[in-house]
Amino acid sequence: MSVTILIPTALRSFVDRKSEVETEGSTVGEALANLTAQYPDLKRQIYENDTALRGFVNVFVDGTNIKKVNGLDTPLAAGATVMIVPAIAGGC
Amino acid sequence: MKSGQTVFDMVGGTPLLRLPSIERELNGVELYAKAEYFNPTGSVKDRAAKAMILDGIACGALTHDKTIIDATSGNTGIAYAALGAALGYKVALCLPANATEERKKLMRLYGAEIIETDPLESSDGAYNECRRLVAEHPEQYFYPDQYNNDANWKAHFEGTAVEIWEQTAHRVTHFVAGTGTSGTFMGTSRGLKHLNPEIKSVLMQPDSPFHGLEGMKHMESTIKPGIFDDSIADIKLEVSTDEAYAMTRRLVREEAVLVGISSGANVAAALKLAKTLPPGSVIVTVLCDNGNRYLSEEFWEE
Repeated sequence: MSVTILIPTALRSFVDRKSEVETEGSTVGEALANLTAQYPDLKRQIYENDTALRGFVNVFVDGTNIKKVNGLDTPLAAGATVMIVPAIAGGC
Repeated sequence: MKSGQTVFDMVGGTPLLRLPSIERELNGVELYAKAEYFNPTGSVKDRAAKAMILDGIACGALTHDKTIIDATSGNTGIAYAALGAALGYKVALCLPANATEERKKLMRLYGAEIIETDPLESSDGAYNECRRLVAEHPEQYFYPDQYNNDANWKAHFEGTAVEIWEQTAHRVTHFVAGTGTSGTFMGTSRGLKHLNPEIKSVLMQPDSPFHGLEGMKHMESTIKPGIFDDSIADIKLEVSTDEAYAMTRRLVREEAVLVGISSGANVAAALKLAKTLPPGSVIVTVLCDNGNRYLSEEFWEE
């Protein structure tokens, strides 16, 4: 099913400067796999390895952090919005 | 410790720690870190926030009918909130909505109002929203604008640099730091070079636009702060998020120094540099903030 992935400014250089990308997937993992298949340079930016995201990468589905539900297995309804954001804090 | 001090008096004068366990990898190079987490709200940003608030009061721009407002990724916001509370000023902070709950809670405890901005735009989104609010109602706000305020870097020119100079008995040869607003890097570099032009300034940068070095700006892909001038950097070193995580864990396990990820990145850069320098070199870097602020993060477990 079709879902929308919102891309943070820091990653737009890896997706032809797009702020959002439409893709397919019934889970977050499937949708991100399709996204990174379409934009291979993106994979190293968000994935630790073939099965896990990097520690500072947070993914929200319709406002809920997938770490609080089923991680990459979190199901997606048709038309769902998936947002990728880095953790932020600190300053120097 | 003197008695009768206020929170304002506790800013600065931080210890300079030696890192003996990490130094064991080195051949006669000394490695020190300025323990900025000893500041009253637990980060280096107390120095800049204090300087900008006092500057605002001195020049008449900050009066009690104004709200202090600025864009922040976390530490400056906590510093403004605390120092503003101590002097009875209202504080409003623009920060990306993806800042952690612990950080937002701290700001609210000190009485600050939080204006959440688009998480996709990160700290640039907070900056743009803050400028928009101030442009709409300039009479309501005192906007220090930490990215463009000379009082930010001058706090380090007059404070951090002089302290490092004295604490190393004038022996410091290299200063290493990353940049958010770049206040710490610019002011300390300028201050040390003013004291001894031979001192080298080393700029730590995240190795990618999308990184987990919290509070650190990847200068090439984000809005460049007005106070930043990279021509002062003699050497530039890149650090990956994974290198910073590994060093942050190592600092707590081997040195009993519990600090945040940007501190780990700074020490990782300092160690890389140290391995290229001759014996007798004296490197100083910065431990930006307290690791207590990051306990909910996963990287500690690895």
